[in-house]
Amino acid sequence: MTPAEEAEVRRRQRSRALVTALVLGALVILFYAIAIAKMA
Amino acid sequence: MTASVQTQHLPADWRDLLALTKPRVVTLVVFTGLCGLLAAPAHIHPVLGFTAILCIALGAGAAAALNQWYEADIDAMMKRTADRPLPAGRMDRQSALHFGVGLGVFSVLLMGLAVNVVAAAILSVSILFYVFVYTVWLKRRTPQNIVIGGAAGAFPPLIGWAAATGRIELLPLLLFALIFLWTPPHFWALSLFVKSDYAKAGVPMLPVVAGLRVTRGQILLYTFPMIAVAVAPWYLGLAGALYGLSAIILSIPFMALAAQISLSTETDPASMKPERRLFAYSILYLFGLFGMLVADRMVLA
Repeated sequence: MTPAEEAEVRRRQRSRALVTALVLGALVILFYAIAIAKMA
Repeated sequence: MTASVQTQHLPADWRDLLALTKPRVVTLVVFTGLCGLLAAPAHIHPVLGFTAILCIALGAGAAAALNQWYEADIDAMMKRTADRPLPAGRMDRQSALHFGVGLGVFSVLLMGLAVNVVAAAILSVSILFYVFVYTVWLKRRTPQNIVIGGAAGAFPPLIGWAAATGRIELLPLLLFALIFLWTPPHFWALSLFVKSDYAKAGVPMLPVVAGLRVTRGQILLYTFPMIAVAVAPWYLGLAGALYGLSAIILSIPFMALAAQISLSTETDPASMKPERRLFAYSILYLFGLFGMLVADRMVLA
């Protein structure tokens, strides 16, 4: 892999990690809300 | 991104994964699903209602991703679809398959656990129907492909209704029939003015195999039962005059455009004005009908 490819892979991994973190965070909130709603 | 970078072994950009879910188609699906949910005569906790709509969106996105995983070869041959992530080479097929299967399984599981089993069952049937019956089995084999495929797009209001009530009833079945009968005129209008593309990819779209005249006749033929079903909730007493009158008024331009198309002999896609208009109007028509149905049911309730 050339340095340019290496950098591109890292850049994509970072942005995917960030999006995955946001999605997981949103799911945590959603599942908490579902649990409360189910108990109500 | 530089063009010299070999994209095949790169991890896919998250924007391409998002594009794989066909966000614009998902908007229409979310809207009809939400209308099914809101028109239902049952109260659903807003959080669970939101979850149900989210599951419908994720399921539709999964079906779209799996559709593109299977169709990368024909998408590459058509101008309209050549820039999708797979034919453009921005993502490998395996990633698309894993993403689609994962998203689909997750959406059905979440629907079953958070909402109810009936909604989850219909959701799984709709995903499997779109992927196996439409994409794999019929699309490349018969000019009736989109007629049957339209059934897949007709499931959301049924799922929304089932999410709220846990049942399948006459009104959501009529909404199912409405989208089912709406799809052929909607899609054939499009296929008339992009005909050359389908011919190139070898997809047996009706204008390709049966010609323009037959297709135009079929558009008009499907319009009659579609309008009958659009008005049906009113004369069956499932919706009020607000919906009934709106349905009649909204149907007039649809019928006029369909009639105009059936009389047309235009062969140059660039000057197929009524076809383009019907395609654009058909989307507005569906939004209008569903919106008015919800407004009507809320007034009744």
